[in-house]
Amino acid sequence: MLKMDPVQMQLIREIAELHDVPEGAYNFRANGESVGRNTTANIDIQSKTEGSGIDIRIKDGTKNESVHIPVVISESGITETVYNDFFIGEDCDVLIVAGCGIDNCGKQDSEHDGIHRFYVGKNSHVRYVEKHYGSGDGMGKRILNPVTEVYMEEGSSMEMEMAQIKGVDSTERATVAELKKDAKLVVRERLMTHGEQTAISTYKVSLNEDGSSADVVSRSVARDRSYQKFDACIIGNAACSGHTECDSIIMDNGRILALPALEANSVDAALVHEAAIGKIAGEQLIKLMTLGLTEAEAEEQIINGFLK
Amino acid sequence: MLELKNISFNAEGERGKVEIVRDITLTVPDNKFIVITGPNGGGKSTLAKLIAGIEKISAGKIFWNGSDITDMSITERARLGIGFAFQQPVRFKGLTVLDLLRIAAGKPIKIDKACEYLSEVGLCAKDYINREVNASLSGGELKRIEIATVLARDVKLALFDEPEAGIDLWSFNNLIRIFENMQKSDKERTIVVISHQERILNIADEIIVLADGKVEKQGTKEEILPEIIGTKYAAGACYKLKEGAGENA
Repeated sequence: MLKMDPVQMQLIREIAELHDVPEGAYNFRANGESVGRNTTANIDIQSKTEGSGIDIRIKDGTKNESVHIPVVISESGITETVYNDFFIGEDCDVLIVAGCGIDNCGKQDSEHDGIHRFYVGKNSHVRYVEKHYGSGDGMGKRILNPVTEVYMEEGSSMEMEMAQIKGVDSTERATVAELKKDAKLVVRERLMTHGEQTAISTYKVSLNEDGSSADVVSRSVARDRSYQKFDACIIGNAACSGHTECDSIIMDNGRILALPALEANSVDAALVHEAAIGKIAGEQLIKLMTLGLTEAEAEEQIINGFLK
Repeated sequence: MLELKNISFNAEGERGKVEIVRDITLTVPDNKFIVITGPNGGGKSTLAKLIAGIEKISAGKIFWNGSDITDMSITERARLGIGFAFQQPVRFKGLTVLDLLRIAAGKPIKIDKACEYLSEVGLCAKDYINREVNASLSGGELKRIEIATVLARDVKLALFDEPEAGIDLWSFNNLIRIFENMQKSDKERTIVVISHQERILNIADEIIVLADGKVEKQGTKEEILPEIIGTKYAAGACYKLKEGAGENA
Protein backbone atom coordinates (compact mmCIF):
# COMPACT_ATOMS: atom_id res chain seq x y z
CA MET A 1 0.00 0.00 0.00
CA LEU A 2 1.02 3.56 -0.59
CA LYS A 3 2.13 5.64 2.36
CA MET A 4 -0.04 8.65 1.70
CA ASP A 5 -2.42 10.75 3.79
CA PRO A 6 -5.97 11.78 2.73
CA VAL A 7 -4.84 15.19 1.37
CA GLN A 8 -2.23 13.49 -0.79
CA MET A 9 -4.77 10.91 -2.01
CA GLN A 10 -7.15 13.75 -2.95
CA LEU A 11 -4.38 15.40 -4.99
CA ILE A 12 -3.69 12.07 -6.71
CA ARG A 13 -7.37 11.81 -7.62
CA GLU A 14 -7.30 15.31 -9.13
CA ILE A 15 -4.19 14.89 -11.24
CA ALA A 16 -4.26 11.23 -12.20
CA GLU A 17 -7.94 10.29 -11.68
CA LEU A 18 -6.68 7.40 -9.58
CA HIS A 19 -8.59 6.08 -6.62
CA ASP A 20 -6.17 3.29 -5.89
CA VAL A 21 -2.87 1.89 -7.02
CA PRO A 22 -2.93 1.69 -10.82
CA GLU A 23 -2.20 -1.34 -12.92
CA GLY A 24 1.18 -1.48 -14.60
CA ALA A 25 4.28 0.46 -13.73
CA TYR A 26 4.18 3.41 -11.38
CA ASN A 27 6.22 5.68 -9.17
CA PHE A 28 4.45 7.86 -6.61
CA ARG A 29 6.34 10.77 -5.15
CA ALA A 30 5.05 12.67 -2.12
CA ASN A 31 6.73 15.56 -0.28
CA GLY A 32 10.06 14.95 -1.98
CA GLU A 33 10.37 11.19 -1.64
CA SER A 34 9.22 8.06 -3.41
CA VAL A 35 6.30 6.44 -1.56
CA GLY A 36 5.46 3.61 -3.92
CA ARG A 37 6.91 1.99 -7.02
CA ASN A 38 6.08 -0.90 -9.27
CA THR A 39 7.89 -2.18 -12.31
CA THR A 40 6.75 -4.71 -14.90
CA ALA A 41 8.53 -7.20 -17.16
CA ASN A 42 8.67 -4.54 -19.87
CA ILE A 43 8.89 -1.31 -17.92
CA ASP A 44 11.70 -0.62 -15.47
CA ILE A 45 11.95 2.36 -13.13
CA GLN A 46 15.23 3.20 -11.41
CA SER A 47 16.16 6.14 -9.18
CA LYS A 48 18.91 8.26 -10.62
CA THR A 49 22.28 7.64 -9.00
CA GLU A 50 23.12 11.29 -9.27
CA GLY A 51 20.59 14.00 -8.53
CA SER A 52 16.88 13.65 -7.98
CA GLY A 53 14.55 11.78 -10.30
CA ILE A 54 14.00 8.50 -12.09
CA ASP A 55 14.87 6.73 -15.33
CA ILE A 56 11.99 4.88 -16.97
CA ARG A 57 13.02 2.31 -19.55
CA ILE A 58 10.42 0.71 -21.78
CA LYS A 59 11.46 -2.36 -23.78
CA ASP A 60 11.07 -2.66 -27.56
CA GLY A 61 7.63 -3.92 -28.60
CA THR A 62 5.85 -3.01 -25.34
CA LYS A 63 2.19 -2.50 -26.16
CA ASN A 64 -0.90 -1.48 -24.20
CA GLU A 65 0.99 -0.82 -21.01
CA SER A 66 1.00 2.26 -18.83
CA VAL A 67 3.28 4.18 -16.51
CA HIS A 68 1.92 6.50 -13.81
CA ILE A 69 4.33 8.93 -12.14
CA PRO A 70 2.25 11.39 -10.10
CA VAL A 71 3.86 13.85 -7.72
CA VAL A 72 2.13 15.45 -4.75
CA ILE A 73 3.28 18.06 -2.28
CA SER A 74 1.22 18.67 0.84
CA GLU A 75 3.80 20.40 3.05
CA SER A 76 4.43 24.11 2.82
CA GLY A 77 7.92 25.23 1.84
CA ILE A 78 9.05 22.27 -0.27
CA THR A 79 11.05 23.24 -3.34
CA GLU A 80 12.32 20.54 -5.62
CA THR A 81 13.71 19.97 -9.08
CA VAL A 82 13.23 16.45 -10.41
CA TYR A 83 14.63 14.92 -13.58
CA ASN A 84 12.61 12.10 -15.13
CA ASP A 85 13.93 10.48 -18.28
CA PHE A 86 11.81 8.15 -20.41
CA PHE A 87 13.61 5.81 -22.77
CA ILE A 88 10.93 4.29 -24.98
CA GLY A 89 12.08 1.43 -27.24
CA GLU A 90 11.00 0.71 -30.80
CA ASP A 91 7.48 -0.37 -31.83
CA CYS A 92 5.91 0.45 -28.48
CA ASP A 93 2.41 1.72 -27.72
CA VAL A 94 2.23 3.07 -24.21
CA LEU A 95 0.36 5.50 -21.98
CA ILE A 96 2.31 7.73 -19.62
CA VAL A 97 0.41 9.67 -16.96
CA ALA A 98 2.30 12.34 -15.05
CA GLY A 99 1.18 15.41 -13.19
CA CYS A 100 1.67 17.33 -10.01
CA GLY A 101 -0.66 18.42 -7.27
CA ILE A 102 0.30 20.89 -4.57
CA ASP A 103 -1.72 21.57 -1.44
CA ASN A 104 -0.26 24.52 0.39
CA CYS A 105 -1.91 25.68 3.58
CA GLY A 106 1.22 27.26 4.97
CA LYS A 107 3.07 30.52 4.59
CA GLN A 108 6.02 29.37 2.52
CA ASP A 109 5.96 28.78 -1.21
CA SER A 110 5.92 25.22 -2.52
CA GLU A 111 7.48 24.53 -5.87
CA HIS A 112 7.92 21.49 -8.09
CA ASP A 113 9.99 21.78 -11.22
CA GLY A 114 9.74 18.55 -13.20
CA ILE A 115 12.07 18.10 -16.11
CA HIS A 116 10.79 15.32 -18.35
CA ARG A 117 12.82 14.02 -21.25
CA PHE A 118 11.29 11.58 -23.72
CA TYR A 119 13.36 9.55 -26.15
CA VAL A 120 10.75 7.95 -28.37
CA GLY A 121 12.02 4.97 -30.39
CA LYS A 122 11.29 4.17 -34.03
CA ASN A 123 7.61 3.60 -34.88
CA SER A 124 6.53 3.88 -31.26
CA HIS A 125 3.35 5.60 -30.15
CA VAL A 126 3.16 7.41 -26.83
CA ARG A 127 0.17 9.05 -25.23
CA TYR A 128 1.28 11.42 -22.50
CA VAL A 129 -1.18 12.99 -20.05
CA GLU A 130 -0.07 15.64 -17.60
CA LYS A 131 -2.32 17.49 -15.17
CA HIS A 132 -1.46 20.21 -12.72
CA TYR A 133 -3.57 21.11 -9.75
CA GLY A 134 -3.24 23.34 -6.72
CA SER A 135 -5.28 23.60 -3.54
CA GLY A 136 -4.99 24.96 0.00
CA ASP A 137 -5.65 28.44 1.31
CA GLY A 138 -2.28 29.37 2.79
CA MET A 139 -0.31 32.49 1.92
CA GLY A 140 2.45 30.34 0.40
CA LYS A 141 2.34 30.11 -3.37
CA ARG A 142 1.92 26.94 -5.43
CA ILE A 143 4.48 27.03 -8.20
CA LEU A 144 5.01 24.53 -11.02
CA ASN A 145 7.61 24.97 -13.72
CA PRO A 146 7.62 21.92 -15.96
CA VAL A 147 10.14 21.40 -18.73
CA THR A 148 9.38 18.79 -21.37
CA GLU A 149 11.84 17.66 -23.98
CA VAL A 150 10.79 15.24 -26.69
CA TYR A 151 13.15 13.53 -29.11
CA MET A 152 11.28 11.52 -31.70
CA GLU A 153 12.80 8.88 -33.95
CA GLU A 154 11.62 7.94 -37.44
CA GLY A 155 7.95 7.02 -37.71
CA SER A 156 7.18 7.64 -34.05
CA SER A 157 4.14 9.53 -32.79
CA MET A 158 3.27 11.24 -29.56
CA GLU A 159 0.04 12.74 -28.27
CA MET A 160 0.46 15.10 -25.35
CA GLU A 161 -2.45 16.31 -23.26
CA MET A 162 -1.57 18.99 -20.78
CA ALA A 163 -4.08 20.50 -18.39
CA GLN A 164 -3.89 23.04 -15.62
CA ILE A 165 -7.34 24.08 -14.58
CA LYS A 166 -7.17 25.26 -10.97
CA GLY A 167 -5.14 26.55 -8.13
CA VAL A 168 -1.58 26.91 -9.46
CA ASP A 169 -0.29 30.41 -8.67
CA SER A 170 2.58 30.55 -11.06
CA THR A 171 3.67 28.31 -13.86
CA GLU A 172 6.26 28.55 -16.55
CA ARG A 173 6.11 25.66 -18.95
CA ALA A 174 8.73 25.04 -21.59
CA THR A 175 8.34 22.33 -24.21
CA VAL A 176 10.96 21.48 -26.80
CA ALA A 177 10.52 18.80 -29.45
CA GLU A 178 12.72 17.51 -32.26
CA LEU A 179 11.21 15.25 -34.86
CA LYS A 180 12.84 12.92 -37.39
CA LYS A 181 11.41 11.43 -40.59
CA ASP A 182 7.62 10.81 -40.54
CA ALA A 183 7.41 11.51 -36.82
CA LYS A 184 4.18 13.10 -35.62
CA LEU A 185 3.54 15.23 -32.54
CA VAL A 186 0.09 16.32 -31.38
CA VAL A 187 -0.22 18.66 -28.39
CA ARG A 188 -3.48 19.66 -26.68
CA GLU A 189 -3.01 22.16 -23.89
CA ARG A 190 -5.82 23.36 -21.63
CA LEU A 191 -5.32 26.14 -19.18
CA MET A 192 -7.44 28.19 -16.83
CA THR A 193 -6.02 30.91 -14.63
CA HIS A 194 -7.81 32.96 -12.00
CA GLY A 195 -7.06 35.36 -9.16
CA GLU A 196 -3.60 36.84 -9.54
CA GLN A 197 -2.12 33.77 -11.28
CA THR A 198 0.37 33.87 -14.09
CA ALA A 199 1.00 31.13 -16.64
CA ILE A 200 3.59 31.14 -19.37
CA SER A 201 3.75 28.37 -21.92
CA THR A 202 6.51 28.18 -24.50
CA TYR A 203 6.86 25.63 -27.29
CA LYS A 204 9.69 25.14 -29.73
CA VAL A 205 9.02 22.32 -32.13
CA SER A 206 11.62 21.51 -34.78
CA LEU A 207 10.47 19.46 -37.76
CA ASN A 208 13.87 18.31 -38.91
CA GLU A 209 13.18 15.62 -41.51
CA ASP A 210 10.79 14.98 -44.37
CA GLY A 211 7.29 13.81 -43.50
CA SER A 212 7.41 15.06 -39.93
CA SER A 213 4.39 16.94 -38.59
CA ALA A 214 3.23 18.81 -35.52
CA ASP A 215 -0.12 20.12 -34.34
CA VAL A 216 0.08 22.30 -31.23
CA VAL A 217 -3.26 23.58 -29.96
CA SER A 218 -3.88 25.55 -26.79
CA ARG A 219 -7.25 26.50 -25.36
CA SER A 220 -7.23 28.77 -22.37
CA VAL A 221 -9.40 30.92 -20.14
CA ALA A 222 -8.01 33.89 -18.19
CA ARG A 223 -10.26 35.14 -15.37
CA ASP A 224 -10.03 37.79 -12.64
CA ARG A 225 -6.66 39.56 -12.86
CA SER A 226 -4.63 36.59 -14.17
CA TYR A 227 -2.07 36.73 -16.95
CA GLN A 228 -1.18 34.20 -19.64
CA LYS A 229 1.44 34.08 -22.32
CA PHE A 230 1.39 31.45 -25.05
CA ASP A 231 4.49 31.44 -27.20
CA ALA A 232 4.60 28.58 -29.69
CA CYS A 233 7.10 28.36 -32.51
CA ILE A 234 7.14 25.63 -35.12
CA ILE A 235 10.32 25.38 -37.15
CA GLY A 236 10.15 23.61 -40.51
CA ASN A 237 13.55 22.38 -41.64
CA ALA A 238 12.34 19.87 -44.27
CA ALA A 239 9.27 18.82 -46.26
CA CYS A 240 7.03 18.85 -43.22
CA SER A 241 3.71 20.21 -41.99
CA GLY A 242 3.06 22.19 -38.86
CA HIS A 243 0.02 23.86 -37.31
CA THR A 244 -0.24 25.87 -34.13
CA GLU A 245 -3.36 27.41 -32.68
CA CYS A 246 -4.16 29.43 -29.60
CA ASP A 247 -7.78 30.01 -28.78
CA SER A 248 -8.58 31.96 -25.63
CA ILE A 249 -11.49 33.31 -23.65
CA ILE A 250 -10.72 36.41 -21.65
CA MET A 251 -12.90 37.46 -18.70
CA ASP A 252 -12.97 40.12 -15.97
CA ASN A 253 -9.57 41.84 -15.98
CA GLY A 254 -7.59 38.90 -17.36
CA ARG A 255 -4.75 39.47 -19.82
CA ILE A 256 -3.43 37.20 -22.55
CA LEU A 257 -0.47 37.48 -24.87
CA ALA A 258 -0.58 34.98 -27.76
CA LEU A 259 2.50 34.62 -29.91
CA PRO A 260 2.11 31.80 -32.39
CA ALA A 261 5.20 31.77 -34.58
CA LEU A 262 6.46 29.91 -37.62
CA GLU A 263 9.94 29.56 -39.05
CA ALA A 264 10.40 27.93 -42.46
CA ASN A 265 13.91 26.92 -43.42
CA SER A 266 12.79 24.70 -46.31
CA VAL A 267 10.72 25.60 -49.34
CA ASP A 268 8.65 22.45 -48.74
CA ALA A 269 7.70 23.29 -45.17
CA ALA A 270 3.92 23.84 -44.92
CA LEU A 271 3.25 25.82 -41.76
CA VAL A 272 0.07 27.47 -40.45
CA HIS A 273 -0.75 29.37 -37.31
CA GLU A 274 -3.97 30.75 -35.82
CA ALA A 275 -4.74 32.77 -32.73
CA ALA A 276 -7.99 34.14 -31.35
CA ILE A 277 -8.75 35.90 -28.08
CA GLY A 278 -12.22 37.06 -27.17
CA LYS A 279 -14.81 37.27 -24.45
CA ILE A 280 -17.77 34.91 -24.25
CA ALA A 281 -20.24 35.98 -26.95
CA GLY A 282 -23.41 37.52 -25.56
CA GLU A 283 -25.54 35.41 -27.88
CA GLN A 284 -24.00 32.22 -26.45
CA LEU A 285 -25.09 33.29 -22.95
CA ILE A 286 -28.57 34.24 -24.23
CA LYS A 287 -29.00 30.89 -26.01
CA LEU A 288 -28.21 28.92 -22.85
CA MET A 289 -30.42 31.23 -20.78
CA THR A 290 -33.34 30.46 -23.12
CA LEU A 291 -32.65 26.82 -22.20
CA GLY A 292 -33.21 27.68 -18.53
CA LEU A 293 -29.70 28.38 -17.24
CA THR A 294 -28.82 31.47 -15.26
CA GLU A 295 -26.14 33.73 -16.68
CA ALA A 296 -23.52 32.34 -14.26
CA GLU A 297 -24.50 28.73 -15.08
CA ALA A 298 -24.34 29.52 -18.80
CA GLU A 299 -20.84 30.96 -18.38
CA GLU A 300 -19.66 27.83 -16.56
CA GLN A 301 -21.09 25.56 -19.25
CA ILE A 302 -19.40 27.54 -22.01
CA ILE A 303 -16.04 27.47 -20.22
CA ASN A 304 -16.30 23.79 -19.31
CA GLY A 305 -17.10 22.91 -22.91
CA PHE A 306 -14.32 25.09 -24.25
CA LEU A 307 -11.74 23.49 -21.96
CA LYS A 308 -13.03 19.94 -22.29
CA MET B 1 -52.39 31.30 -22.69
CA LEU B 2 -50.13 34.15 -23.79
CA GLU B 3 -51.52 37.67 -23.60
CA LEU B 4 -49.76 40.79 -24.83
CA LYS B 5 -51.32 44.01 -23.57
CA ASN B 6 -50.42 47.29 -25.23
CA ILE B 7 -46.78 46.36 -25.70
CA SER B 8 -44.33 48.70 -27.40
CA PHE B 9 -40.63 48.48 -28.11
CA ASN B 10 -38.43 51.40 -29.04
CA ALA B 11 -34.84 51.21 -30.21
CA GLU B 12 -32.27 53.94 -30.57
CA GLY B 13 -31.48 54.43 -34.27
CA GLU B 14 -29.25 56.85 -36.14
CA ARG B 15 -32.13 59.31 -36.36
CA GLY B 16 -33.14 58.97 -32.74
CA LYS B 17 -35.88 56.78 -31.28
CA VAL B 18 -37.44 54.22 -33.61
CA GLU B 19 -40.69 52.46 -32.76
CA ILE B 20 -40.27 48.81 -33.73
CA VAL B 21 -43.37 47.45 -31.97
CA ARG B 22 -46.32 49.82 -31.52
CA ASP B 23 -48.95 49.20 -28.91
CA ILE B 24 -49.69 45.59 -29.79
CA THR B 25 -52.44 43.77 -27.96
CA LEU B 26 -53.07 40.17 -28.83
CA THR B 27 -53.94 36.83 -27.34
CA VAL B 28 -52.32 33.56 -28.39
CA PRO B 29 -54.63 30.65 -27.53
CA ASP B 30 -53.24 27.41 -26.04
CA ASN B 31 -52.16 24.40 -28.09
CA LYS B 32 -52.46 26.16 -31.42
CA PHE B 33 -50.02 26.47 -34.30
CA ILE B 34 -49.67 30.19 -34.97
CA VAL B 35 -47.68 31.72 -37.81
CA ILE B 36 -46.65 35.37 -37.68
CA THR B 37 -45.90 36.84 -41.09
CA GLY B 38 -45.52 40.27 -42.60
CA PRO B 39 -43.01 42.46 -44.44
CA ASN B 40 -39.34 42.70 -43.53
CA GLY B 41 -38.77 45.22 -40.77
CA GLY B 42 -42.35 44.82 -39.55
CA GLY B 43 -41.29 43.83 -36.03
CA LYS B 44 -41.87 40.05 -36.16
CA SER B 45 -38.51 38.88 -34.79
CA THR B 46 -38.54 41.64 -32.20
CA LEU B 47 -41.97 40.53 -31.01
CA ALA B 48 -40.71 36.95 -30.51
CA LYS B 49 -37.68 38.23 -28.62
CA LEU B 50 -39.89 40.37 -26.39
CA ILE B 51 -41.97 37.31 -25.50
CA ALA B 52 -38.83 35.30 -24.65
CA GLY B 53 -37.35 38.19 -22.65
CA ILE B 54 -34.32 38.63 -24.94
CA GLU B 55 -35.43 42.21 -25.53
CA LYS B 56 -37.18 44.26 -22.85
CA ILE B 57 -40.45 45.96 -23.74
CA SER B 58 -40.65 49.75 -23.50
CA ALA B 59 -44.29 49.77 -22.42
CA GLY B 60 -47.14 47.35 -21.80
CA LYS B 61 -47.54 43.99 -20.05
CA ILE B 62 -47.00 40.34 -20.95
CA PHE B 63 -49.03 37.62 -19.22
CA TRP B 64 -48.39 33.90 -19.40
CA ASN B 65 -51.15 31.69 -18.04
CA GLY B 66 -52.48 34.65 -16.09
CA SER B 67 -49.14 35.60 -14.47
CA ASP B 68 -47.41 38.88 -15.26
CA ILE B 69 -44.02 37.95 -16.71
CA THR B 70 -43.15 41.45 -17.95
CA ASP B 71 -40.23 41.89 -15.56
CA MET B 72 -38.99 38.29 -15.64
CA SER B 73 -35.55 37.42 -16.98
CA ILE B 74 -34.89 35.14 -19.96
CA THR B 75 -34.01 32.34 -17.52
CA GLU B 76 -37.20 32.72 -15.48
CA ARG B 77 -39.37 32.70 -18.60
CA ALA B 78 -37.49 29.65 -19.91
CA ARG B 79 -38.21 27.87 -16.65
CA LEU B 80 -41.92 28.64 -17.07
CA GLY B 81 -41.81 26.69 -20.33
CA ILE B 82 -41.14 29.34 -22.95
CA GLY B 83 -38.69 28.16 -25.62
CA PHE B 84 -37.00 30.14 -28.36
CA ALA B 85 -35.27 28.91 -31.53
CA PHE B 86 -32.87 31.45 -32.97
CA GLN B 87 -32.95 32.60 -36.57
CA GLN B 88 -29.15 32.37 -36.57
CA PRO B 89 -28.28 29.43 -34.31
CA VAL B 90 -25.37 30.09 -31.98
CA ARG B 91 -22.17 28.06 -32.28
CA PHE B 92 -20.20 26.79 -29.29
CA LYS B 93 -16.60 25.63 -29.40
CA GLY B 94 -16.27 22.50 -27.30
CA LEU B 95 -19.95 21.90 -26.49
CA THR B 96 -21.26 18.82 -28.27
CA VAL B 97 -24.77 18.24 -29.60
CA LEU B 98 -25.32 15.87 -26.67
CA ASP B 99 -24.13 18.52 -24.16
CA LEU B 100 -26.55 21.04 -25.61
CA LEU B 101 -29.48 18.60 -25.57
CA ARG B 102 -28.68 17.72 -21.95
CA ILE B 103 -28.61 21.39 -20.97
CA ALA B 104 -31.90 21.85 -22.81
CA ALA B 105 -33.54 18.88 -21.09
CA GLY B 106 -32.35 20.21 -17.74
CA LYS B 107 -31.37 16.74 -16.60
CA PRO B 108 -28.79 14.11 -17.54
CA ILE B 109 -30.79 12.42 -20.31
CA LYS B 110 -29.55 9.14 -21.74
CA ILE B 111 -28.03 9.00 -25.20
CA ASP B 112 -31.01 7.14 -26.68
CA LYS B 113 -33.34 9.93 -25.48
CA ALA B 114 -31.09 12.55 -27.10
CA CYS B 115 -31.11 10.45 -30.27
CA GLU B 116 -34.93 10.57 -30.30
CA TYR B 117 -34.86 14.38 -30.44
CA LEU B 118 -32.33 14.32 -33.26
CA SER B 119 -34.40 11.78 -35.18
CA GLU B 120 -37.42 14.07 -34.80
CA VAL B 121 -35.55 16.78 -36.69
CA GLY B 122 -34.34 14.35 -39.31
CA LEU B 123 -30.73 13.98 -38.24
CA CYS B 124 -29.06 10.60 -38.02
CA ALA B 125 -28.29 10.61 -34.34
CA LYS B 126 -25.10 8.59 -34.31
CA ASP B 127 -23.45 10.96 -36.80
CA TYR B 128 -24.21 14.02 -34.73
CA ILE B 129 -24.48 13.21 -31.04
CA ASN B 130 -20.76 13.75 -30.33
CA ARG B 131 -20.17 16.51 -32.87
CA GLU B 132 -19.23 19.92 -31.57
CA VAL B 133 -21.80 22.63 -32.20
CA ASN B 134 -19.19 24.67 -34.06
CA ALA B 135 -18.44 26.01 -37.52
CA SER B 136 -18.02 22.47 -38.92
CA LEU B 137 -21.83 22.12 -39.03
CA SER B 138 -23.77 23.53 -41.97
CA GLY B 139 -26.54 26.11 -41.63
CA GLY B 140 -29.22 23.46 -42.15
CA GLU B 141 -27.67 21.11 -39.59
CA LEU B 142 -27.40 23.88 -37.01
CA LYS B 143 -30.98 24.87 -37.62
CA ARG B 144 -32.22 21.36 -36.99
CA ILE B 145 -30.10 21.04 -33.85
CA GLU B 146 -31.53 24.37 -32.71
CA ILE B 147 -35.05 22.99 -33.14
CA ALA B 148 -34.05 19.78 -31.32
CA THR B 149 -32.97 21.85 -28.28
CA VAL B 150 -36.47 23.34 -28.13
CA LEU B 151 -38.06 19.87 -28.45
CA ALA B 152 -35.79 18.52 -25.70
CA ARG B 153 -37.07 21.17 -23.30
CA ASP B 154 -40.65 20.01 -23.54
CA VAL B 155 -41.82 23.62 -23.65
CA LYS B 156 -45.38 24.88 -23.37
CA LEU B 157 -44.75 27.79 -25.75
CA ALA B 158 -42.22 27.30 -28.57
CA LEU B 159 -41.14 30.37 -30.54
CA PHE B 160 -39.35 29.81 -33.86
CA ASP B 161 -37.77 32.87 -35.44
CA GLU B 162 -37.70 32.38 -39.23
CA PRO B 163 -36.63 28.74 -39.20
CA GLU B 164 -36.30 28.75 -42.99
CA ALA B 165 -33.70 31.55 -43.04
CA GLY B 166 -30.29 30.63 -44.38
CA ILE B 167 -30.88 27.02 -45.36
CA ASP B 168 -30.78 25.22 -48.69
CA LEU B 169 -33.79 23.80 -50.52
CA TRP B 170 -33.11 20.22 -49.43
CA SER B 171 -32.96 21.20 -45.78
CA PHE B 172 -36.02 23.38 -46.30
CA ASN B 173 -38.16 20.42 -47.37
CA ASN B 174 -37.03 18.50 -44.28
CA LEU B 175 -37.78 21.50 -42.13
CA ILE B 176 -41.34 21.73 -43.40
CA ARG B 177 -41.80 18.06 -42.52
CA ILE B 178 -40.56 18.72 -38.96
CA PHE B 179 -43.14 21.48 -38.53
CA GLU B 180 -45.89 19.36 -40.07
CA ASN B 181 -45.08 16.64 -37.54
CA MET B 182 -45.06 19.15 -34.70
CA GLN B 183 -48.44 20.45 -35.83
CA LYS B 184 -49.90 16.94 -35.87
CA SER B 185 -48.35 16.03 -32.51
CA ASP B 186 -50.80 15.64 -29.65
CA LYS B 187 -48.41 17.31 -27.21
CA GLU B 188 -49.93 20.18 -25.31
CA ARG B 189 -47.90 23.08 -26.55
CA THR B 190 -48.42 26.32 -28.39
CA ILE B 191 -46.18 26.85 -31.39
CA VAL B 192 -45.47 30.31 -32.74
CA VAL B 193 -43.48 30.41 -35.97
CA ILE B 194 -42.26 33.55 -37.68
CA SER B 195 -42.23 32.78 -41.37
CA HIS B 196 -42.99 33.98 -44.87
CA GLN B 197 -43.30 30.47 -46.15
CA GLU B 198 -46.55 29.46 -47.80
CA ARG B 199 -46.04 25.83 -46.76
CA ILE B 200 -45.66 26.83 -43.12
CA LEU B 201 -48.58 29.26 -43.30
CA ASN B 202 -50.57 26.42 -44.80
CA ILE B 203 -50.33 24.32 -41.63
CA ALA B 204 -51.20 27.20 -39.32
CA ASP B 205 -54.32 27.17 -37.17
CA GLU B 206 -54.09 30.94 -36.99
CA ILE B 207 -52.16 33.61 -38.89
CA ILE B 208 -51.07 37.02 -37.60
CA VAL B 209 -49.88 39.62 -40.12
CA LEU B 210 -47.55 42.17 -38.59
CA ALA B 211 -46.64 45.34 -40.48
CA ASP B 212 -45.04 48.55 -39.32
CA GLY B 213 -44.97 47.32 -35.73
CA LYS B 214 -48.71 46.69 -35.59
CA VAL B 215 -51.08 43.77 -36.03
CA GLU B 216 -52.54 44.28 -39.49
CA LYS B 217 -54.60 41.10 -39.65
CA GLN B 218 -55.31 38.21 -37.33
CA GLY B 219 -57.53 35.23 -37.94
CA THR B 220 -57.78 31.62 -38.96
CA LYS B 221 -55.74 30.31 -41.85
CA GLU B 222 -58.92 30.08 -43.90
CA GLU B 223 -59.63 33.76 -43.34
CA ILE B 224 -56.16 35.21 -43.79
CA LEU B 225 -54.26 32.99 -46.23
CA PRO B 226 -56.41 33.75 -49.32
CA GLU B 227 -55.79 37.48 -48.76
CA ILE B 228 -52.01 37.23 -48.64
CA ILE B 229 -51.21 34.31 -50.93
CA GLY B 230 -48.76 35.12 -53.69
CA THR B 231 -47.54 38.23 -51.88
CA LYS B 232 -44.27 38.60 -50.00
CA TYR B 233 -46.11 37.54 -46.85
CA ALA B 234 -46.71 34.04 -48.16
CA ALA B 235 -43.95 33.02 -50.51
CA GLY B 236 -42.99 29.71 -52.09
CA ALA B 237 -39.56 28.22 -51.51
CA CYS B 238 -38.13 29.53 -54.80
CA TYR B 239 -39.12 33.08 -53.97
CA LYS B 240 -37.30 32.75 -50.70
CA LEU B 241 -34.18 31.35 -52.35
CA LYS B 242 -34.10 34.22 -54.83
CA GLU B 243 -34.45 36.72 -52.02
CA GLY B 244 -31.52 35.17 -50.11
CA ALA B 245 -31.35 34.38 -46.45
CA GLY B 246 -33.76 35.91 -44.01
CA GLU B 247 -34.13 39.20 -42.30
CA ASN B 248 -33.16 40.55 -38.95
CA ALA B 249 -36.08 42.72 -38.04
